Amino acid sequence: MTVRKNQATLTADEKRRFVDALLELKRTGRYDTFVTTHNAFIMSDTDNGDRVGHRSPSFLPWHRRFLLEFERALQSVDTTVTLPYWDWTADRTARSSLWAPDFLGGTGRARDGQVTDGPFARSGNRWTVNVRVDGRDYLRRDLGAGGRQLPTRAEVDSVLAMETYDTAPWNSSSDGFRNHLEGWRGVNLHNRVHVWVGGQMATGVSPNDPVFWLHHAFIDKLWADWQARHPGSPYLPAAGTPDVVDLRDTMRPWNDVTPADMLDHTRHYTFDTAA
Amino acid sequence: MSTITRRTALGAAVGAAGLALAGPTASAGAATAPTGAARTAPTAGSAAAGPAPAAFDEVYLGRRIKGGAPHGGGHHGGHHTGDYSVTIDGEELHVMRNADGTWISVINHYEPLATPKAVARAAVRELQGAPLVPLTLA
Repeated sequence: MTVRKNQATLTADEKRRFVDALLELKRTGRYDTFVTTHNAFIMSDTDNGDRVGHRSPSFLPWHRRFLLEFERALQSVDTTVTLPYWDWTADRTARSSLWAPDFLGGTGRARDGQVTDGPFARSGNRWTVNVRVDGRDYLRRDLGAGGRQLPTRAEVDSVLAMETYDTAPWNSSSDGFRNHLEGWRGVNLHNRVHVWVGGQMATGVSPNDPVFWLHHAFIDKLWADWQARHPGSPYLPAAGTPDVVDLRDTMRPWNDVTPADMLDHTRHYTFDTAA
Repeated sequence: MSTITRRTALGAAVGAAGLALAGPTASAGAATAPTGAARTAPTAGSAAAGPAPAAFDEVYLGRRIKGGAPHGGGHHGGHHTGDYSVTIDGEELHVMRNADGTWISVINHYEPLATPKAVARAAVRELQGAPLVPLTLA
């Protein structure tokens, strides 16, 4: 059974295996297909139109399936690899071991944002950014630029306390847990972390930065934590809602999975902590 | 390295991703997502209450930024999301209006700003001189 661990607790060997599996998916081109899929949904998900991956109730089940697909791809390279999660309420500075040269590498240099250390630095020639929206083909970051701060544990707890999963109009203006977690309203959790990392993470092609997966693995865990706190609160909406994915509607691009299928993560993996 | 259209890229990616697709119909659902959704959705400019923002045309940090009604559907298949289009040095910046009237772009996707001009300026700062390009794949 897959156990997803806090990245801060990984051994040197676990880090090396995770990084090596990422590099292998990149080498074969499989990695970039995930970037392309993500950007397609970023650009097509609109507040008043069809929306699946973002700014809608299925933000959480869509990304759960997206991460499962990616984790299975990693495991096709190395069966021991699982997706680590980044608890940014605890590891909240650019000095975290997450950003060390033996793991994801650090922030970008001032001149052009280029990440210059670690396995994804341009000098290693193993992480060309192919799926891109501007001319730069190297990984960029700007960790904590402008004095921005990552969300705090208290802010996370304030969102986990919300009773209702989501509310009409089921978009970026909704009240409820999903939209506060996604970050279009309120204290802003998920969106803020993308902006804090900067570089590609702030764009539609955010999965070009491997930290995307660790960030979303934590968002996924927060959904599981919320479910544990609110066992009587269902996924919403239930049925008959235009433009959004109801409980038993299928989700593009897979068309074989519904939010209902994604509600119980323990069928696929567990976390290293009690939920 | 080849430059292809976004639509082609999406189709290729969905096929290559090995996602569980049932066939041409399922594939088309993903491959046409941007254009299909944009076509059936209300335009970005009308997504929120209030009029479309004013057009602009200025040089900001050495880059020509323009915003307003799109001309001729854009360079790359008209993939702008509505009746308001933004360009940087003539290349389209994909922008979107949020339900609350704020705006984002593909460059600053997770940080809503008040106007499309503010979004264009933020993209110029982020680009640090780099050109916008149509979606490019290896």
